[in-house]
Amino acid sequence: MARNVTTQRKIITTSAAWTIGLIIFFPIYWTILTSFKTEAQAINDPPLFFAFNWTLENYAIVQERSDYMKFLWNSVVVAGGSTILGTLIAIPAAWSMAFVPSVRTKDILLWMLSTKMLPAVGVLYPISLVFVQFNLLDTRGGLVVVLMLINLPIIVWMLYSYFKEIPSEILEAARMDGATLKEEILYVLTPMAIPGIASTLLLNFILAWNEAFWTLNLTAANAAPLTAFIASYSSPEGLFFAKLSAASTMAIAPILILGWFSQKQLVRGLTFGAVK
Amino acid sequence: MGQIELKQVTKSFGDTQVIPPLDLIIKDGEFTVFVGPSGCGKSTLLRLIAGLEDITTGHIEIDGKDATDVVPAKRGLAMVFQSYALYPHMSVRKNIAFPLRMAKLDKAEITKRVEGAASVLNLTDYLDRRPGQLSGGQRQRVAIGRAIVREPAAFLFDEPLSNLDAALRVGMRLEISELHKRLETTMVYVTHDQVEAMTMADKIVVLNAGVIEQVGTPLELYRSPRNTFVAGFIGSPKMNLITGPEAEKHNAHTIGVRPEHIDVVESGGQWQGTVGLAEHLGSDTFFHIHNTGLADMLTVRAIGDVSLRHGDAIHLNPRVDEIHRFDAQGLRIS
Repeated sequence: MARNVTTQRKIITTSAAWTIGLIIFFPIYWTILTSFKTEAQAINDPPLFFAFNWTLENYAIVQERSDYMKFLWNSVVVAGGSTILGTLIAIPAAWSMAFVPSVRTKDILLWMLSTKMLPAVGVLYPISLVFVQFNLLDTRGGLVVVLMLINLPIIVWMLYSYFKEIPSEILEAARMDGATLKEEILYVLTPMAIPGIASTLLLNFILAWNEAFWTLNLTAANAAPLTAFIASYSSPEGLFFAKLSAASTMAIAPILILGWFSQKQLVRGLTFGAVK
Repeated sequence: MGQIELKQVTKSFGDTQVIPPLDLIIKDGEFTVFVGPSGCGKSTLLRLIAGLEDITTGHIEIDGKDATDVVPAKRGLAMVFQSYALYPHMSVRKNIAFPLRMAKLDKAEITKRVEGAASVLNLTDYLDRRPGQLSGGQRQRVAIGRAIVREPAAFLFDEPLSNLDAALRVGMRLEISELHKRLETTMVYVTHDQVEAMTMADKIVVLNAGVIEQVGTPLELYRSPRNTFVAGFIGSPKMNLITGPEAEKHNAHTIGVRPEHIDVVESGGQWQGTVGLAEHLGSDTFFHIHNTGLADMLTVRAIGDVSLRHGDAIHLNPRVDEIHRFDAQGLRIS
């Protein structure tokens, strides 16, 4: 029997949802708003919501002072590269864990997840030393590898749970039909798991795009992505909230737009398997 | 050619041995059915032949060549799964063409064979549909089509009809039998349904707990079951198995009489009882008979509609020459 939902109840839950949504969105909204203020208006007390002189000068200054396109390109390469590399490694890994599990598969999965519980700073020294040794500091290639490694457990976990949903008989049929392991993964498993793989790619692209610890610690000028671009505006010379906000807005805009267009895919991907 | 030979094959999962050492020869062109209750190891045995499971010890030979360590793709066998296992993201055409594509055949040959198989299986109008847009019976045909285009050494069927409704099952049963007559290729068919086994098989292999109880033609199994397990499993309704003084009269530990070998008589039969449930099928009537003093319940088949109702007294005469005798171990006494 359907549950009886009263109008009053509907109003309460709807407004609660909107309130929570707005609270979560507020910092982004405030950043975007501040980016259009002058520095003086940005730190005005009481805070100014609408009644101020809208200006684009912060964007002009930011663009003049730093090469936005270079940072953007670094972000695209690092986030995209680490996601693609991670997926190429994770698909066969998740295949073997989902379809030919050993006694220890569950342990391996948990152990992989446990690496995400380690504070990143705990391995800062070893990784920095490795980077120095192999001349990887401030290179996009080095960053791609590190971001791939830190996101790999999540990619494997997500793909593993999607692959678990695929009936193993279909893969066995492919094997009987003469497919090699490569053909089985390429022609049968991957096309069937496309929705899952797409949302995994998307989520990891966003995670890598927003990653700030390693990108700030392992880059200087050449490979610095947008996170470094933002950080360069919280400078010791003083607080320039309006410029910082303009830089932040420029940094998050691409990923915000990507997220907006793919939200349906993302939600489906993240709740996949919850309801059969 | 498709002779399959199993030599001392065993299979264990961990410490549990599901198939004790087993020998079996499936001759070229034969329609062999593995039948047995669920959990008897029949599907495992089929998967061992397919190569989808590794055998623990022993050898499998296909056409005289050792195939024990050959991967499924290279055994030259085609399999039809219970769930059909079609590729949901491919059209019917691509599903059927898949094994040919894997075999790297040229395009013209693939098209020719796919269209040939489609016309044989009445699938020509559905070639561009996805499996999700087909009915159960059509999906089953696509699965069979995917198997026949390869021209395999043998077909393996794993309970292919159990997801279909009763009417469709009878139709598909005939289609598969006809396919076998036409192709004359070895077929190995797994089912738990003894009616399917009896109607389709050239040779039935009755399995119980991983052990072969008997191998023979349907009528051999029906006429001379080797033991009480086969006697009870083959034939529908089940054979009546009677122990005690009545069996001792025939110098046996157990005697078996099929329901169709007991005649209902007006009076003075050898056995008497009361009618419990009566199942009227029109052509036949099955009586479940209690209080005979022989077994908990006897099943008797009467031809046509016999007007005996619940609680009526009934007189029965078993046909003496149709009584099967078994010893204390359940083995047939000839």
